[in-house]
Amino acid sequence: MSQYVLRRVLIAIPSLLGISLVLFVVLALAPGDPFSELATNPNVPAEVAASLRAKFGLDDPIYLRYLHWISAMAHGDWGFSFVSRMNVDQLILQRLPATLYVVGSAQILALLIAIPVGVYAATKPYSLFDQIANTLAFVGFSLPTFFTGILFILIFSVTLDWLPLVYTTDVKGTGIHWVLEMIRQAIMPVAVLGLFQAASMTRFVRSAMLDVIRLDYVTTARAKGLGQAKVIVKHVMRNAMIPVVTLIALQMPAVFGGAIVTEQIFRIPGIGSLLISSILANDTPVVMAVTFVFACLVVLFNLIADVLYGWLDPRISLR
Amino acid sequence: MLDKKLRAMIDKVADGRMDRRAFIQRMAAVGLTAPLANQILALGGVAMAEGPSTYKPTKRGGGGALKLLWWQGPTLLNPHFATGTKDQDGSRLFYEPLACWDPDGNMKLVLAAEIPSIQNGGLAADGKSVTWKLKPGVKWHDGKPFTADDVVFNWEYAKDPATAATSIAVYRDITVEKVDDLTVRILFPKPTPFWADAFVGAAVGPIIPKHLFEAYKGAKSREAPNNLSPVGTGPYKFIEFKPGDLVRGELNPDYHMPNRPYFDTLEMKGGGDAVSAARAVIQTGEYDFGYNIQVEDDVLLRLEKGGKGKAVYAVGGDTEFIVLNSTDPNTEVDGERSSMKTKHPLFSDPAVRKALTMLVDREAVKKAIYGRAGRTTANFLNGPEKFVSKNNTWEFNIEKAAKVLDDAGWKPGADGIREKDGKKLKLLYQTSINGPRQKTQAIVKQACQKAGIDVELKSVVASVFFSSDVGNPDTYPKFYADMEMFQIPMSQPDPAQHMRRYISSNVATKENKWQGPNFTRWANKDYDAIIEAAEGEMDPIKRAELYIKANDLLIKEVVFIPVQHRLKVEAAANNLVCIVSGWANETDNLFDWYREV
Repeated sequence: MSQYVLRRVLIAIPSLLGISLVLFVVLALAPGDPFSELATNPNVPAEVAASLRAKFGLDDPIYLRYLHWISAMAHGDWGFSFVSRMNVDQLILQRLPATLYVVGSAQILALLIAIPVGVYAATKPYSLFDQIANTLAFVGFSLPTFFTGILFILIFSVTLDWLPLVYTTDVKGTGIHWVLEMIRQAIMPVAVLGLFQAASMTRFVRSAMLDVIRLDYVTTARAKGLGQAKVIVKHVMRNAMIPVVTLIALQMPAVFGGAIVTEQIFRIPGIGSLLISSILANDTPVVMAVTFVFACLVVLFNLIADVLYGWLDPRISLR
Repeated sequence: MLDKKLRAMIDKVADGRMDRRAFIQRMAAVGLTAPLANQILALGGVAMAEGPSTYKPTKRGGGGALKLLWWQGPTLLNPHFATGTKDQDGSRLFYEPLACWDPDGNMKLVLAAEIPSIQNGGLAADGKSVTWKLKPGVKWHDGKPFTADDVVFNWEYAKDPATAATSIAVYRDITVEKVDDLTVRILFPKPTPFWADAFVGAAVGPIIPKHLFEAYKGAKSREAPNNLSPVGTGPYKFIEFKPGDLVRGELNPDYHMPNRPYFDTLEMKGGGDAVSAARAVIQTGEYDFGYNIQVEDDVLLRLEKGGKGKAVYAVGGDTEFIVLNSTDPNTEVDGERSSMKTKHPLFSDPAVRKALTMLVDREAVKKAIYGRAGRTTANFLNGPEKFVSKNNTWEFNIEKAAKVLDDAGWKPGADGIREKDGKKLKLLYQTSINGPRQKTQAIVKQACQKAGIDVELKSVVASVFFSSDVGNPDTYPKFYADMEMFQIPMSQPDPAQHMRRYISSNVATKENKWQGPNFTRWANKDYDAIIEAAEGEMDPIKRAELYIKANDLLIKEVVFIPVQHRLKVEAAANNLVCIVSGWANETDNLFDWYREV
């Protein structure tokens, strides 16, 4: 087992290098300029932008810039944002809590809805409950988050005036008041994201359960007189969860990556909004760092999912 | 003639026989902007007055929280590194210049004790130096005194190329010297009629403390810890900064202006988009002020109905224009398109240029797109509405345009497109991606089609279009199109920099890596001479006449077709008294903001 993990980690290194190279080249070739705003300011002559480009090494050949970047990264130096003139790791760490809180809560909400609803729907296929759950799930994942987000804002902020439209980074107050306010302002974004995730996950859980529930060993379990609850939870769910675990594990990087659209709509200062504003400002070091972190997380969670398989189903051997 | 009249008028103001305001309005009639008119008075021997203060609160603080919504939040808080107005706005919350501009274009004192004039010995008669007296007793937020050394340091800091300051252009050619602890003198290399550039306004003016930045001048500039935690002299003290997201401040109890500031805390939130920012201010009232609300007027009007806020407008000198390429974008000479060695095959016929001016329906653009945020104009150089020069007019007339083309020999071909000598009237018209711009393109294209001109539209992502990336063909300085449309913000209440762009030695070419600011590629000896004369002209009246002449030449030769004189649009809570100047950043007058109870 530990040998397997070690081997997987070693394989990950060249693939991450490859990913970083591709990302770097694509970003370097992409059009745009971090100092574009200077270009329209009549007070700033063009040579100022040019000297800034030279100072930040933007005029060097791509392979040199890549070598610089990779060697700095190896020393733990994530680079330096052109736009904020501060270190990239600092920027990312500043944005991480908001993303973890909102997107993490949304994932938990999605699981809390999807697993019970999916499991119950699968035990009674084509019942009224199943039909309703299915319909809602279809509606849920057909509506994009930017639409539901704006709809929620219109209903709950503008018309009813219950919830704030703008996510505040530092909520005033302490103790219970602070907690309540943090929850209040996260309700809309968490609901938008959570319901969207829950919709597709419900369908997934249901079909995974249906695959297993018809198997002979389930009939055997019932035949030996086990109760319905015990059969479903102990015998069916454990096996049905294997594909669900993969799905969840592969979604974990998205938790760290933030939900770009939702963060933009509700002004949540998360990684997603950092990424989008950095892309718009052509702040390549930040874009590079954020996307590279995503790549690492995807590789890592793939590995975790594989290890979890072995634990969930001893028949799968890891070699 | 004008000259004599003006002298008499200045004398009248000096004797108190004429009101300053009346003088400025008379100046307006000849197309002079308010700030310039004031400087004329200053040079003509009448002290430049501070604009009247409208500040009412009688005690410091007690105003609660002021919540600002900047849909593009500041990403850094050192004014010398500001890459855009958002950074200037954020830095200006804590740092202050010697003086700033009020909505009428009058100078307002901040860290200076008096406005330099010839009477008080502040202005040299030859225009080669200006002496500023600093307010005594001003303290930095950490308690250290503010002195002339700080001012001199800012000049040394910004002019050092290794610092990589974006304000370098203002500071590198001047010399700043300390006269005594509270006096500094700025020396100009040549007579400088517009002396209020260095240390004035939010864009390049704010002063950073010497004792905290001294060790970080030059190549080490990016390591300064205070780049992210400003210690200024402003009405609000710094608490917290998260780039692109949040800036927070609190009342400065030792602020140097009486009864100011009004608010106890300050918050500037970033992120999102202009429409939802307008909503959060005008409709739900969660925020007090939102900046740069470039939203269609219909939407704003709808939000304002029964809302909690309103749209606020500030008049400056920003002009949205279409520029006609003077060179041929489709012929490559020595690896360069739009080369100065070529002539535009269609626009070299003045009739085509003239016809195009009549095909831009400025009234429709105003009605359908800009609404209250735009004014139709015939001029390239626009002051406030009452200052518009009267020498030019514009009209929209498709029949007349068609006739001009007919008379010049451009006859419609079989496909309805006019042609002459085998050249078809087909034009490529580019701009940046931005809702109002695409709609304007459509309006122009439609009119051109009716007149037998085929227009192909192209829109480029703003971050590419406005980029200085030499490798990209779609930037506005490369101008690989027949026409392009955008605006160059007039960030200073004086036309000198704005108009200097278009002299022939400034043309953007491959040789200067397209860094020459004259993207029009229009080269005209008369224009060069006018600008040259204006820049050496110390007589403010003659100087103003020269700039009007320069504007008229740009319009007569149809280098530009002005589309709209654009106003700044902000969103503000109904009870917020926000002073916003079209000649300065939104936060430049923040110390005078208060809430009506």
